[in-house]
Amino acid sequence: MGKHTIKVTVNGDAHESEVESRLLLVHFLRENLRLTGTHIGCDTTHCGACTVLLDGVPVKSCTVLAVQADGREVMTVEGLEKDGKLDPVQEGFYQEHGLQCGYCTPGMMMTSCALLKSNPDPTEADIRRAISGNLCRCTGYVNIVKSVQHAAAAARTRQQDARAGR
Amino acid sequence: MIPASFDYHSPKTLSEAIDLLGRYPDEAKVLSGGQSLLPLLKLRLGSAGHLVDIGRIPGLEYIREEGGYLKIGGRTRESALEASDLVRAKYPILADTAAVIADPLVRNMATVGGNLAHGDPANDHPATMLALGAGVVATGPKGERTIPIDEFFTGLFTTALSPDEILTEIRIPAPPARSGGAYMKLERKVGDFATAAAAAQVTLGGGGQIERAGIGLTNAGPTPVRATAAEQFLKGKKGDAAAIAEASRLAAQAASPSPDRRGAVEYKKEMARVLTARALAKAIARAQGA
Repeated sequence: MGKHTIKVTVNGDAHESEVESRLLLVHFLRENLRLTGTHIGCDTTHCGACTVLLDGVPVKSCTVLAVQADGREVMTVEGLEKDGKLDPVQEGFYQEHGLQCGYCTPGMMMTSCALLKSNPDPTEADIRRAISGNLCRCTGYVNIVKSVQHAAAAARTRQQDARAGR
Repeated sequence: MIPASFDYHSPKTLSEAIDLLGRYPDEAKVLSGGQSLLPLLKLRLGSAGHLVDIGRIPGLEYIREEGGYLKIGGRTRESALEASDLVRAKYPILADTAAVIADPLVRNMATVGGNLAHGDPANDHPATMLALGAGVVATGPKGERTIPIDEFFTGLFTTALSPDEILTEIRIPAPPARSGGAYMKLERKVGDFATAAAAAQVTLGGGGQIERAGIGLTNAGPTPVRATAAEQFLKGKKGDAAAIAEASRLAAQAASPSPDRRGAVEYKKEMARVLTARALAKAIARAQGA
């Protein structure tokens, strides 16, 4: 009951699909588009493993309907790397070992990505507040915070390099 | 978890949305931010044959002062309330509240109107709106009506909204000079409902005495609780430690929480007392401009 044709841009690519009203955005991404980088954790709006950017804003994709994303832009963890180059956030998590099991990592990175866009030089308190809806059950928060700080510094360096034409 | 089947509607205008609600009177639910409704449907604690998404109706997201009121559009996101300079400067109780609702990701979707219309006494805005003496604007087939917040919460998950009405605006009387408010919440972790929480809004007279006090309690009974005895007691009193102590004792008496994993009844009532005292002290300090 209730099928709808939706047009969603995911990581820059336009997709048109017929979906059931009740299909959740996370299932649309993972099962229809086979973008399995977005994880399903608690499935109850707590853990943030399924965080994606909806029109640039981080949301829990287990608590958004695919039909709500009609006409909008979604960015998942697969959209971070560009032209074979890691995003500063990915570089930060890599350099600072911001993960142990890695389950929360895609969500952590999407939230961090949105934070750095609105606040390029966050304090530790800003970072902790921003990721307070993303749970890491390895409790690796110390390294996650360091990773975001590393990412912020890396993003600034890249911007300066770009301005200097390097 | 997948919700039971429903059909989804995305009206472009308010009247279209109201028509849809009227067409499916027993089956339709309004989808605002969905951060309470979708979990409910996924857990199959509730069901709906039709979801009417008001997210594509323009003009329902705003925060502005007009005609002696702060007007908040029903679909205004919690994150917008949190970021609003006007709210931070003149309505700190609302900024306090928005900052402790669920978590930042949920607040990017969740809406102020949804937080009220859900009718959950564990939600945070009801207590705040009780303390502020807000009005809720409901728009239905016959037009608009304003429901005083004291008459809005009629039971657990039940409000005075008719099935074909949509909560379109919240109106808060602009506080006079020497007013202040605060919201204090005890939660086990970010994202949890309150173990106990208290909202306090006060206006001081020229001599420093309390002219008006509004006190609301979260998760303290089947509906949001207004601590009227405490409010009455404070009228005309100086907002000193003794008055705060007595008012918070009276407020805790108004609480009838249920025991759960967050604590026993006695503990929750005691926390309601402590948080009311803290919220009052902060509200008074803010009213004094401290």
